[in-house]
Amino acid sequence: MADITSDLKADTTSPAQWSRSKWASVLLLVAVVLTTLRYGGLLPDSLHRIPEAMIPPFAAWLDVFFNFVKDDLGLLTLTRTLTEGLEWLLDITANLMFGKRRWPFIGPIPWTAVAGVAAVVGYHLGGWRMALLGAGTFIWTALIGQWTIAMETMSVLMVAAPLAFFIGLGLGILAWKYAAVNRAIKPILSVLQTLPFFTYLLPAVIFFKVGPTAGAVATTIYAIPPMILMTTLGLQKVPSEVVEAGNMSGCTKWQLLRHVYLPSARTEILVGVNQVIMLCLAMVVLTAFIGMPGLGAKLLAMMGSFKLGRSFEIGVTIVLLAVTLDRMSKAWVVRQPVHFERGTPWWRKHIVLLMCIGVFVFFCIAAQFVQVFAEIGRKQNFSQGKEIDTLIKGFLALDPVQNTTQAIRYVLNVWILNPFRDFLLSIPTPAFILLVVAFALSLGGGRPAIYAAIFFGLVALSGWWDRSVITLYSVISAVTLALLIGVPLGITAARSEKWSQRVLLACDTAQTFPSFIYLIPAIMLFGITATSVVMSILIFAMVPLTRYTIEGLRTVPPEMTEAADMAGATRMQKLMKVQLPLALPTMAVGFNQAIMFAFFMVIIAAFIGTQDLGQELQRTLAGTDLGKNFVLGICVSLMALTFDLTIMKWATERKKALGLPD
Amino acid sequence: MNKFTTALTAGVLAFAPMTLLAEDSSDPIVIPVHNWSSQIVMSHVVGQIFESMGNNVEFVTTDSQAVYESVRLGDVTLEMEVWEGAFGASFRAALEKGGLHDAGDHDAVTREDWWYPMWTKDACPGLPSWEALNECAAVFATAETGDKGRYLDGPVDWLKHGQERVEALGMDFVVVNAGSAAALWAEIGAAEADKRPVVVFNWTPNFAEAVWPGEFVEFPEWVDGCDKDPAVGPNPDALYDCGNPADGYLKKAAWDGMKDKWPGAYDVLTKISFTNPQIAEMARLVDVEELEPEEAAAEWLEANPDVWQGWTS
Repeated sequence: MADITSDLKADTTSPAQWSRSKWASVLLLVAVVLTTLRYGGLLPDSLHRIPEAMIPPFAAWLDVFFNFVKDDLGLLTLTRTLTEGLEWLLDITANLMFGKRRWPFIGPIPWTAVAGVAAVVGYHLGGWRMALLGAGTFIWTALIGQWTIAMETMSVLMVAAPLAFFIGLGLGILAWKYAAVNRAIKPILSVLQTLPFFTYLLPAVIFFKVGPTAGAVATTIYAIPPMILMTTLGLQKVPSEVVEAGNMSGCTKWQLLRHVYLPSARTEILVGVNQVIMLCLAMVVLTAFIGMPGLGAKLLAMMGSFKLGRSFEIGVTIVLLAVTLDRMSKAWVVRQPVHFERGTPWWRKHIVLLMCIGVFVFFCIAAQFVQVFAEIGRKQNFSQGKEIDTLIKGFLALDPVQNTTQAIRYVLNVWILNPFRDFLLSIPTPAFILLVVAFALSLGGGRPAIYAAIFFGLVALSGWWDRSVITLYSVISAVTLALLIGVPLGITAARSEKWSQRVLLACDTAQTFPSFIYLIPAIMLFGITATSVVMSILIFAMVPLTRYTIEGLRTVPPEMTEAADMAGATRMQKLMKVQLPLALPTMAVGFNQAIMFAFFMVIIAAFIGTQDLGQELQRTLAGTDLGKNFVLGICVSLMALTFDLTIMKWATERKKALGLPD
Repeated sequence: MNKFTTALTAGVLAFAPMTLLAEDSSDPIVIPVHNWSSQIVMSHVVGQIFESMGNNVEFVTTDSQAVYESVRLGDVTLEMEVWEGAFGASFRAALEKGGLHDAGDHDAVTREDWWYPMWTKDACPGLPSWEALNECAAVFATAETGDKGRYLDGPVDWLKHGQERVEALGMDFVVVNAGSAAALWAEIGAAEADKRPVVVFNWTPNFAEAVWPGEFVEFPEWVDGCDKDPAVGPNPDALYDCGNPADGYLKKAAWDGMKDKWPGAYDVLTKISFTNPQIAEMARLVDVEELEPEEAAAEWLEANPDVWQGWTS
């Protein structure tokens, strides 16, 4: 705490601020001088790039280390034992959801029963509209002919999500109780959240066996971090009065946790649950690389044989599932627990549960007699794959579309992207690091600057500098474009409540739509070029920017805007002088997320064809280079963390200075 | 499908005395499926054959490169399609580490080389000769490549040496690497819209043949040593100055433990061998007729009993 307040003081008093930016300018100057020297041919090669001979063999060291842990310490035996337990759980859900021939041999549950229960739960949580959404999603899935694959996916998520919830809750409680755990867990979480997905894949396969088990483990690991963070946050916020009341009524430690702390932190914990569900669904396609069955695997197969329409339909199913689960869990957050009067009959208290069971049993029995209620066969489904194919291809072949994309492709590639990339690559490594440090210093202050220096220094030492720079270049280009489009979009939408809602819904959809599906249209429009890569990242990076712009602007205190109105400000003045400055810290959080999303997506863009870290990571999937795989992943993570630390520091300082809540 | 499996089982039970000699474990045989149709259908065909012999079979979706590590560890029992070009390197690396072995070749041969869809011939009538292709390099130019033509190569990790060949033969082409097979199809699909000429990396047997008729470019014929000895091939100073071999292998791989755990199934696996037309037919059932892979496999088995019944008896 101490250093934040002192930093804040430094921020508000001008001399310290000046010295921060002065130092940054000095660094900038040195960087420019170094680059100029390089252009003049005066800089020795060893200062331009670290010589090969000086690069430590991190990958080889890591390989030795991994082998030691895996075989000599017996980690593999341990995880393989855990795998068996996990497999048992997965077999049960697999039997229930899609009838895999395993104990307890009672599945599959008829689709109508699932849809019916979804409707009852939806009605309970959010009335008719939610009921319609819940039932509608499952009816769509069945009618479009994706029931089995959707249930294959769900059977794994049903295990992975609760697992992530319990582990996250447990770690969150530990981190709240013991400061040491908290300190140890924070950096690990940051790295986990920025580590590219391909780095999880290989260890998951080796330690947890290819198939649903590895898929479940990778999904769980990916979904845990927000659960931990939200649990800790919720428990910290519990008012001391409530705790005292608990103490006075003589709670034991466990009772205090179970009946006082956790119920008081209910809202935050449920927000964590929501996050867990969303992240699980985000992993559906990526985990297909390591044996996760279902929608993701089918999507990859469809894309491999160029079936755009069917891929698109699968994407819609995933979005619908995500939106349904998201809306339902959010409704659950808002809903407060209902308390019944003493003497209320049992059935009244549990009316929802009873209705669920009733509907479930009804459809299970009905399915025995009416075949369509049990499953919808291939000939009965309504898939429009071929028609959508024709539609997409027809659209892409339209002359105006072709001409526009050709023009954009030419301008972006030939005039902007390729020269920018060559420029970044021409900067000597030390100068590049100085530039990043200067950026961190001027924005975040001393501490982020030191981290920036260490992190980028490590990236330089990893021996993958050029590829890291190309990765960074794609991220910077895409985020810049996203700023130019996403922020004005957010500002426009924030003017009215109705449009805010619409645009936010579009954001949700764009975010849950499997990122892989963006790749194909991007290639068809812009060819296999840097433009396609940037465009596919752009869609993803725009989402948080637009969302946080809207949220930032709409949460500006009304007193402030009223004051501006009374002072006779025009709409433009009000926006520029009052609303934007106040919304800026929130927008910075969105900007930060945009960068994180871009780092995530740039690795996936390797499937288009890039020359960056993603391409090398893709190569390591063959399974022989665990060490190299890890080094590459850490490079991505370190670069992302540098930005994360700097921007978040700036946003927190700014919020404090403006007197805004966190 | 269920009805068919039952019929199949009944049919095979007639041969029971022969097939039941070997005691196979009742644990499921785990068969990997990847993201291209012929492999998926072939795996289901083999799976259904195993099931008809009374074995339990499970399918697991995996990455086609990462699968060799899993076969090695025994998590996955076999692999039906090991392509010489695309997966040879991963296969050999896993072979060296031990745990899996070569379970014989298919009759099918594979070919991977520069390829163009038929409409390209309108813009460049001299094809398929590579000299003719080079003459009309400008037709293949894109915004980024200037006057030179663009050749879209496979992902870098497939090690196709497109760049080396362009240099060795002095061609006016720029080589761009796609990131995945899907990226190649997207590019061909986009070109199809306005019949733009393209030359890309492609291979056979493959679903693309059924969707976009096309031909391979004829390069100087492959001679052994073309990739090792500069003297071989038309350019005496360069490697890779020939086309790729037109008859690459298509192998099966098996986990070392399969032989002891499922001797019956292993025996069948070593006998299994598909030909190019058979593989193309399997892919066609899924890609053109839009069957689900399991149905396509059942249909194929039903239509071709004489092909596979020899393997099980």
